[in-house]
Amino acid sequence: MAEIEARYRKKRLDRGIKARADTIFAIASRREILYLILPRVLPVILLLSLPFLLPVYWGKVLVYACIYGLLALSWDFLAACGLFSLGQAFFLGIGAYIAGGLSYYFHWSPFITLPIATIGGGVISAALLSPVVRLRGVYFAMVTLMLPMLFMKMIETTGLLGGTHGLSALKPFPAGWTGTYLVIGLFWVCLFLFRRIINEDYGLVLRAIRDDDRAVMSAAINIYWRKIQALFIAGAVGSFAGAFMTHHYQFVGMSAFALDFSILPVAAVTLGGPGTFAGAALGSMILVPLSEALRALGGMRMAIYCVILILSVIALPEGIFHYIERKYHQFEKLVRVG
Amino acid sequence: MKGEEILKVESLSKHFGGVQAILDFGFLLRKGEFLGVIGPNGSGKTTLVNLITGFVKPNSGKVIFQGKDITGKMPYTIAALGIVRTFQMVRLFYNLPAYKNLIIPLSSTRVKKLRGGEYGERDDVAVDLLDDMGFERDSFVPYKLAGSLPHGYLKRLDLARAMALRPDLLILDELFSGMAMSEVASTLPLIEKFHEEGLTIIMIEHRLKELFRVVDRVMVLNFGQKIAEGSPQEVMNTEEVRKAYLGTEVEG
Repeated sequence: MAEIEARYRKKRLDRGIKARADTIFAIASRREILYLILPRVLPVILLLSLPFLLPVYWGKVLVYACIYGLLALSWDFLAACGLFSLGQAFFLGIGAYIAGGLSYYFHWSPFITLPIATIGGGVISAALLSPVVRLRGVYFAMVTLMLPMLFMKMIETTGLLGGTHGLSALKPFPAGWTGTYLVIGLFWVCLFLFRRIINEDYGLVLRAIRDDDRAVMSAAINIYWRKIQALFIAGAVGSFAGAFMTHHYQFVGMSAFALDFSILPVAAVTLGGPGTFAGAALGSMILVPLSEALRALGGMRMAIYCVILILSVIALPEGIFHYIERKYHQFEKLVRVG
Repeated sequence: MKGEEILKVESLSKHFGGVQAILDFGFLLRKGEFLGVIGPNGSGKTTLVNLITGFVKPNSGKVIFQGKDITGKMPYTIAALGIVRTFQMVRLFYNLPAYKNLIIPLSSTRVKKLRGGEYGERDDVAVDLLDDMGFERDSFVPYKLAGSLPHGYLKRLDLARAMALRPDLLILDELFSGMAMSEVASTLPLIEKFHEEGLTIIMIEHRLKELFRVVDRVMVLNFGQKIAEGSPQEVMNTEEVRKAYLGTEVEG
């Protein structure tokens, strides 16, 4: 038997559905339409129906996962143009405190504070980080790591914006599904928008800056201005997540600048697969519920969580999404050799 | 229009630590001129290009382009003003299709300004440009990943990337290095055509035979200084140039 098997070899083939360019498909049948649409539509339907299907507790975890998901998407967007951030908590905290402050002092409704916090957070993030866009790699990462700590300490010592007690009894979202669906909706919008932008000419230039900034400079493109624009977009998304969190929990405190919000999105993107945004979304949808599920284990929770993370990174260094995508677009068949 | 001064370099100096890369260097370039720059390895040719295009800041001296002082400006500002270079080691985006490489210069504000309102699809403009560079559009070559193209095509792609900006001054940093004879033979007429159309070009080259066929004037560098300037024949008859290239005889 072994002799016969040896004459065959497994061959992996790409499904020939793409023609010439990335965005042009040659579709021949209904089956191929489904092949293209299902992986996009199914997750959307699933996530939209989950709040109905899940028990209340896990519904809350889902919202939490969406908040982390937005941060992970924002991280992946910055990474796409070569900015390696360790300070997603900064974006989150700025948005949280803008929304919290407006709601606490002026009693504005979430539907006014959310847009203001989103845009304002983006502007502040871009403005504060613009002097350091010339820094690359670990130097930029260091600055972003420091910023949330700086703000946290400033609020702690000056006692401004509620100081160590934070601001509580803020305006909530209207009762019902509004809050949940707002964050799920924006999570999807953000995911598909980012995937679109990064493949447009605009995103192409951003990716080129990551690959070789000197070549982009010689093409008469102001790379620092482009990086500031990317910081605004990423900052706005992070700030939205923060502003949403503030109103959802009706509280904002120094914990909005906590290190967790900086590190977990990076872990989620690494696990899910960087550069695709879908990987970032998938990663946070796995990591956050996993961390909750392990809560029953008590003290060993973090240790086991870390072991799972390490193992997954070793086993699938490319990330889960890259692996799934590759397998989905390939089929294997046995080819006779000789 | 020809004969008008386009680039003036005045007593430019640059040292890297103890190494004097360029010392008190000056020259003048007129519009429509084709200047060749030659010199032995390490004589400062590429540093000169980097100084003019803003990738390296000079320690002293001035670079004046079309009456504007551009010394120490950022590379993208200088490129936007019209000085565009190619790289000795091609700097391309290998994981993109060849024509997508041109989207980057085509996204710049310089191109937007030059082309005004009637722009057209960037992708089409890119494929047109590559067609001009000898990428046959029907051959699928423009749509292949840049990383899968042979070296000669990459050099021409880099040239197309520069030409996409519609430069006023084109600086070619060893365009022919690593090219096969046949590739040089097919690229040289392109450069000649640009020159005939009135483009000002500075060309750094080690292949003297090809260079001397096309340039009006040659400048010879050695140890960061200009040792000769003039027509190709004049320059090669200079004693110092022979010394720099062939070395001096040892007495005894």
